[in-house]
Amino acid sequence: MARKLPPKDVVIIGLGWTGSILAHELAQEGLEVVAIERGPWRDTATDFSPAFAQDELRYRLRHELFLRPAQMSLTFRNNRDQTALPVRDWGAFMLGNGVGGGGLHWNAETWRFLPTDFTLKSHLVQRYGQKFLPDDMTIQDWGVTYGELEPHYDRFEYLCGTSGQAGNLKGTIQAGGNPFEGPRSRPYPTPAQKQPFAHTLFGKGAADLGYKPFPQPSGNLSQAYTNPLGVEMGRCTYCGFCEWFGCANYSKASPQTTILPALLRQPNFTARTECEATKILLDKSGKRATGVLFVDSSGAEWEQPAELVILAAFQLFNVQLLMLSGIGQRYDPLTGEGQIGRNFSHQTVSAAMAFFDKKKFNFNPFVASGAIGMCIDEFNGDNFDHGPHGFVGGGYMGNVQSNGRPLETMTALPPGTPQWGAKWKEAVRDTYLSTIYAGSGVHGSCYTYKTNYLDFDPTYKDRFGRPLLRMTMDFHDNELKMSAFLTDRYAEIFKAMGAQQVVKKPRKGPYDITQYQTSHLCGGAIMSATPKDGAVNRYLQSWDVPNLFVQGASGFPQNAGYNPTGTVGALAFWSAGAIRSQYLKHPGPLVDA
Amino acid sequence: MRKIAVALIAILALGAGAAHAGSDGQDFTRIEHGRYLATVGDCAGCHDEPGGAHPLAGGMKIETPFGTITASNITPDKDTGIGAWSDDEFVRALTHGIRRDGAHLYPAMPYPYYTKVNRDDLLAIRAYLSTVPPARHEAGGDDLPFPLDKRSAMAAWNKMYFTPGEFRPTAGKSAEWNRGGYLVEGLAHCGACHTPKNLAGADKSGETLQGNPVQGWFAPEVTDASPKGLGAWSAEDIVAYLKTGHNKFTAATGPMGDVVNRSTSKMTDADLHAIATYLKDQPGSGDKQPTAIAASDPAMKTGAAVYADECAACHTAHGTGSPRLFPSLAGSASVQSDDPTSLIRVVLAGTRSVGTKAAPTSPAMPSFGATLDDREAAAVLTYIRNSWGNAAPAVDAAKIHDIRKSLTQHSG
Repeated sequence: MARKLPPKDVVIIGLGWTGSILAHELAQEGLEVVAIERGPWRDTATDFSPAFAQDELRYRLRHELFLRPAQMSLTFRNNRDQTALPVRDWGAFMLGNGVGGGGLHWNAETWRFLPTDFTLKSHLVQRYGQKFLPDDMTIQDWGVTYGELEPHYDRFEYLCGTSGQAGNLKGTIQAGGNPFEGPRSRPYPTPAQKQPFAHTLFGKGAADLGYKPFPQPSGNLSQAYTNPLGVEMGRCTYCGFCEWFGCANYSKASPQTTILPALLRQPNFTARTECEATKILLDKSGKRATGVLFVDSSGAEWEQPAELVILAAFQLFNVQLLMLSGIGQRYDPLTGEGQIGRNFSHQTVSAAMAFFDKKKFNFNPFVASGAIGMCIDEFNGDNFDHGPHGFVGGGYMGNVQSNGRPLETMTALPPGTPQWGAKWKEAVRDTYLSTIYAGSGVHGSCYTYKTNYLDFDPTYKDRFGRPLLRMTMDFHDNELKMSAFLTDRYAEIFKAMGAQQVVKKPRKGPYDITQYQTSHLCGGAIMSATPKDGAVNRYLQSWDVPNLFVQGASGFPQNAGYNPTGTVGALAFWSAGAIRSQYLKHPGPLVDA
Repeated sequence: MRKIAVALIAILALGAGAAHAGSDGQDFTRIEHGRYLATVGDCAGCHDEPGGAHPLAGGMKIETPFGTITASNITPDKDTGIGAWSDDEFVRALTHGIRRDGAHLYPAMPYPYYTKVNRDDLLAIRAYLSTVPPARHEAGGDDLPFPLDKRSAMAAWNKMYFTPGEFRPTAGKSAEWNRGGYLVEGLAHCGACHTPKNLAGADKSGETLQGNPVQGWFAPEVTDASPKGLGAWSAEDIVAYLKTGHNKFTAATGPMGDVVNRSTSKMTDADLHAIATYLKDQPGSGDKQPTAIAASDPAMKTGAAVYADECAACHTAHGTGSPRLFPSLAGSASVQSDDPTSLIRVVLAGTRSVGTKAAPTSPAMPSFGATLDDREAAAVLTYIRNSWGNAAPAVDAAKIHDIRKSLTQHSG
């Protein structure tokens, strides 16, 4: 029997990027806000000392910052003909745990999506016709436009201090920036990071081929920065320990380095860490959330009543909690009915290893940061004519090699190199300084299909006896064609740079749950213009339960050819803005069903 | 006008034969003024009950070089607090160090400073203290060796080291300067930590605010001296430091972080400017600087290597740091203090700077106690004390060893 806590105005599930943003925005309204966070409290000062933060074994290989699969996992299969099995060690994606969530261990690549990404379906149909799209593709428009999100992208970037070079200022194309980006209202808050040698050379090679290279927008700051909340960030030191790690130098944007110091000073905010939300409670009508059930680390169960519930966990757990709470209808791939679990997507990343003459090129890959890199956007979204190619979608590509960490980097060796012994050592010695290998250098989109979805596993249960989430996921021909095409273009740039040998690694099917791709899982509780097409409206408000808002990439109808966090942050501010300016005045549906 | 009102209230209180404070709880202006002054004096810094159960109910153990003294209950509780005290008894305690029962206070209660506060201000504080919830709480006894456990011993101490008397403005100095002096020498009792003490624990005459070890830290010189004092800081830098805990040079941490958090960050800009004006006009120990140790010295070479590996990422290769985030080591007073206690402590144990409304980040110096041995820690400190224009005596590995030991004992 759960013990009932005194009611709050707002209960937030998850204290990562979106939970922190919503907590701060709603605490500013004077509301009593409590955040329920599954993992531990984490802070730069106490948890990420430069005396030990750069520990590849501890954080990268042993997954210190991540959820332990024994606490919560999921099952996986490629298609309905297979039997899904539980994931017992993370592979294809990493699931954060604790305060900061994915915003703590990310690389901080801080992109905006293209304007046409938000109107994807109608744009592609208009340009190429409905028949150009695969029959089982289920892409759709977002219900929110780039223009509407622009001020919120801006707020997120200024919160983070993002370092970059504008490519389009209020419609005027800027030299050195991304000419394909949507118009931005002002420049990035800090200048682009200086690029190391290999990244600079990539930019030069791309320019030689006629492309327009630009520095990747980065949350590893080029200079010290004070954000609008008065929180100070330091200049990135290019240590190359970003993704999988917490930043010890206050220079990678994260909830810890941008928002929590201000949030914690709000007397009307409380965080409960090591408390796992197990259910969103509904009243008898099923149309109103009354609060959240959670279990603390002693196993005691608590009920936190609240007027407003913000679901701000990671994409998978947002979807899972909606299903476990009986909110919305679960997706059925046979009938196509139901919204929860539908339009699941990931990212179609690919890469190339480029080996250079060690006598002429010393790249020293150790000098890097998570979001360093020179990129091109010629092959992203619909920036090029897909007509001749027979696929839709695309992605940015660049030399975005984020580190020279030894254990990871020593795996980028020419084909045929033995995996151990004297020959292996010799190859490592010969190639370490003169090889470029960015694991996700081609950052392809991942569109959605009837057959890629999330539902309940019929066999495997979690520690509370509840069904695990089951992921059914495979790459489709459209994405594989796109990946092959983009990876070819990518390899041409390395050739133009003077690489002696380029080993292309286009994405191949089937989808492999064991090898890291990215942690960019999307969809399952998507945004839509009408309740029949999604789980939430354009403000991320549940169509079924209007006092529930579901944050994050679970709302993406499909994934674009960029890292998603910039858009996740923008949507959080957009959603918070709608709650503050509309919902609190007139609680109820913000869009008529 | 206010003086008249205060006097009137005092008379009324006396007329009624009341033993309690001369306020009816409705005198908003006076109580509010008293609350502000109690913040300036940081009464709560010592008198809050540990654990925060009851504000100002006493019980905190104050470490002194002579032993432990327990802060008393200053809530209006009649039996265990000061509710039964008359205004005169209250004023006598603060200005002469004598309790209601006639016993002497130990100067851990900074009456040698509070004696400079005028009676109006003291009674305003009293008026405020009368409004806090009375807490029945026996604060507990002290832990002092003979003969210091005899409070009567303080009579002799007072005779030798204590000069009672209100702050007297200096003619020819501005009203702001005199306000600063009134606060620094009086209620804010800066010298309690920052002025060197003699063997009896009294302020050394002629060395006011020139730096002093306190509670395992070193409170640096806060005069206009350079490089050991605040010579490189403008008055605005001092104001920013006291108001936010941070300025472009450094951050408040340790006991000073607590002072900023509870006291100076809540002071008015006018008072902070007055304090800065006064401090900037104190010559202190002057501008003497020792000769820097040569970069070729073996300890300096070791220190340079350790610095590059462990420190330069935040503090930069040139010791400049990052404003309001990582303190500048170049030109820093606390880095060049004769006594390196704070530096050693910070390197071994780490510390967290204070977070304030204006500067919420609260960045931390991590602990390098497990990373650096005594010799390496000594070398890197010698290096930062003698690089980029800095000059200060070398740090001895034996001193690192001693402080490491005392920190272990404390945390144990």
